[in-house]
Amino acid sequence: MYVAVKGGETAIANAHRLFAARRRGDTSVPGLQLEQIVGQLAFAVARVMSEGSLYDRELAALAIRQAGGDLIEAIFLVRAYRTTLPRFGYSEPIATDRMRAARRISATYKDLPGGQLLGPTFDYSHRLIDFSYDPDAGPDEPALAAHGVASDLPRVTDLLGADGLMEADPLAGSDMVGDLTRDPLELPAARDLRLQNLSRGDEGFLLALGYSTQRGYARTHPFAGEIRIGEVELEFDAPEFGFAVTIGTIEVTECQMINQFKGSAKVPPQFTRGYGLVFGQSERKAMSMALVDRALRWREFDEEPGAPAQDEEFVLSHSDNIQASGFVEHLKLPHYVDFQAELELLRKMHAEIAANASSAQTSAREAAE
Amino acid sequence: MSLSEISEQPAGYNFAYLDEQTKRMIRRAILKAIAIPGYQVPFASREMPMPYGWGTGGIQVTASIIGPDDVLKVIDQGADDTTNAVSIRNFFARTAGVAMTSRAEEATIIQTRHRIPETPLHTGQILVYQVPIPEPLRFLEPRETETRKMHALSEYGLMHVKLYEDIARHGHIATTYAYPVMVEDRYVMDPSPTPKFDNPKMHMSPALQLFGAGREKRIYAVPPHTKVVSLDFEDHPFSVQEWPDTQCAMCGAEGVYFDEVLLDDRGGRMFVCSDTDYCERRQAEGHFGHLHASGGAGAAAPENR
Repeated sequence: MYVAVKGGETAIANAHRLFAARRRGDTSVPGLQLEQIVGQLAFAVARVMSEGSLYDRELAALAIRQAGGDLIEAIFLVRAYRTTLPRFGYSEPIATDRMRAARRISATYKDLPGGQLLGPTFDYSHRLIDFSYDPDAGPDEPALAAHGVASDLPRVTDLLGADGLMEADPLAGSDMVGDLTRDPLELPAARDLRLQNLSRGDEGFLLALGYSTQRGYARTHPFAGEIRIGEVELEFDAPEFGFAVTIGTIEVTECQMINQFKGSAKVPPQFTRGYGLVFGQSERKAMSMALVDRALRWREFDEEPGAPAQDEEFVLSHSDNIQASGFVEHLKLPHYVDFQAELELLRKMHAEIAANASSAQTSAREAAE
Repeated sequence: MSLSEISEQPAGYNFAYLDEQTKRMIRRAILKAIAIPGYQVPFASREMPMPYGWGTGGIQVTASIIGPDDVLKVIDQGADDTTNAVSIRNFFARTAGVAMTSRAEEATIIQTRHRIPETPLHTGQILVYQVPIPEPLRFLEPRETETRKMHALSEYGLMHVKLYEDIARHGHIATTYAYPVMVEDRYVMDPSPTPKFDNPKMHMSPALQLFGAGREKRIYAVPPHTKVVSLDFEDHPFSVQEWPDTQCAMCGAEGVYFDEVLLDDRGGRMFVCSDTDYCERRQAEGHFGHLHASGGAGAAAPENR
């Protein structure tokens, strides 16, 4: 006797209960506290804030814990929460030249105003698993400069610009920027929207695309002009006040790539820009973003198109990991109806082929007789 | 919006989840879509608390049009009890608290994935389709900038060439679902991945048909009593799926869309109505198939091949 599959509701509830138990793991081990995630998994938190497009460490930590460490799932949780928040205005542009930098490096100058500041980094460490690491033993006291963190750091791009060697910032002075979370992205998109898309985009996707530009698919001759990480003040001009007030600080990573120069009949050759900006400390993402941003600007410089990283529609339509993972994983949903439609056609075609074969046989026999 | 207005908003989620500003934005897109049948209207699709590709477009459309007096039916693959239909129904039960039904004629809004109910729809009903890829030309031309131009110029030759190549290669038009239709003699439209079996139901339907594609950020519509014609050729006219000599194993229905169920690993199979509401209704009216618990009208063994 056949009984149609029923009780999807109970099955779903039970599946979620089982998941909750697995996520918690061994209950004799203390549960993860948010402070532990915020404090000790800061890079995961930064990625979730950045790609979740919402700067809130505790919320990101909550999402990471709820997602059992699946960062794309955590980003999804944050995005779905973010979209319900009312929008009450836009902050003033952040002034990254007044950043309280924890780290600031340039690969183009040995020394520069404000200095090279190595700061906290994975760089130059040997990637050897530290079997003796004891999380409960306090770390050695950090050796910090007596004068504290730097806060007056002219941008390398501005220093070059003063000599006329760097293209003027094409976005400077434009105070209205688009918002692809409020208006549908239409193509071709202006650079402000492209940058927003890239900043929210999947780190792995941008890394691969950025990497491809270094291997000859849209070569742009990049130099890491400057990477800086630190706290910047966020100013908001509320209509009630009539002037901008500081409402807090956020940590960002900014990357200014200096690329291949380009001149014209009117302008002598100048270096060109690629820009990356993300929440938290994420140099890999900021650098990848800057490489892809520059590659996408091929039209401005009459460059030869054709590489994946230059293809605006391809890059912008596939960078969002929430869209991508949703659609890839929707293949798990039932497709009985469409599959049945294909089966029906295939069977019909098989029947026709069999019928044709037998009638051909008959006529061949008749011909032989 | 001012700070004081925001601070006065109640905590928690709005009726049907979306905030009123978002609903207004989506309703504007819907109105435009109704005004230009078959035209894909871009809209600022929101992240929803379920993944893209799992019905977020349809859910946003439903959330924007639903009111407290509406009666909602949600189906996936024709069934009210498939996992994703259950999940979406629970979502609206939780956020809107509206009445739910599985009976097609009682619903004021039917949200669907991949099927149109067998029960004919009537005036005043709204059928909301979940759409994965709204662009019928997408697999012929991957670029949105190009396909929008093609629609603007009614440049649909490529689609006819594709259908012709199917016939040349397979002897048939090999598109069995998401079969392209011409709406009101102007726009070629993707009916969402419903089987072509359901295409004729869209033509001159008294119900309003709305299509939401969340990930692709598009809404389109077929207003009531609109021409919807499946593309074909004079010598290869459009036809729908047929299961000759097949009855539903549960209710004995013929000429409906079937789900195939494998019974064993020796080729045993049975066919049941894909539309569970229709099937249960027939059983309640005393129609039984050969595998129904009652013993059925003709209690024959399942078809073995």
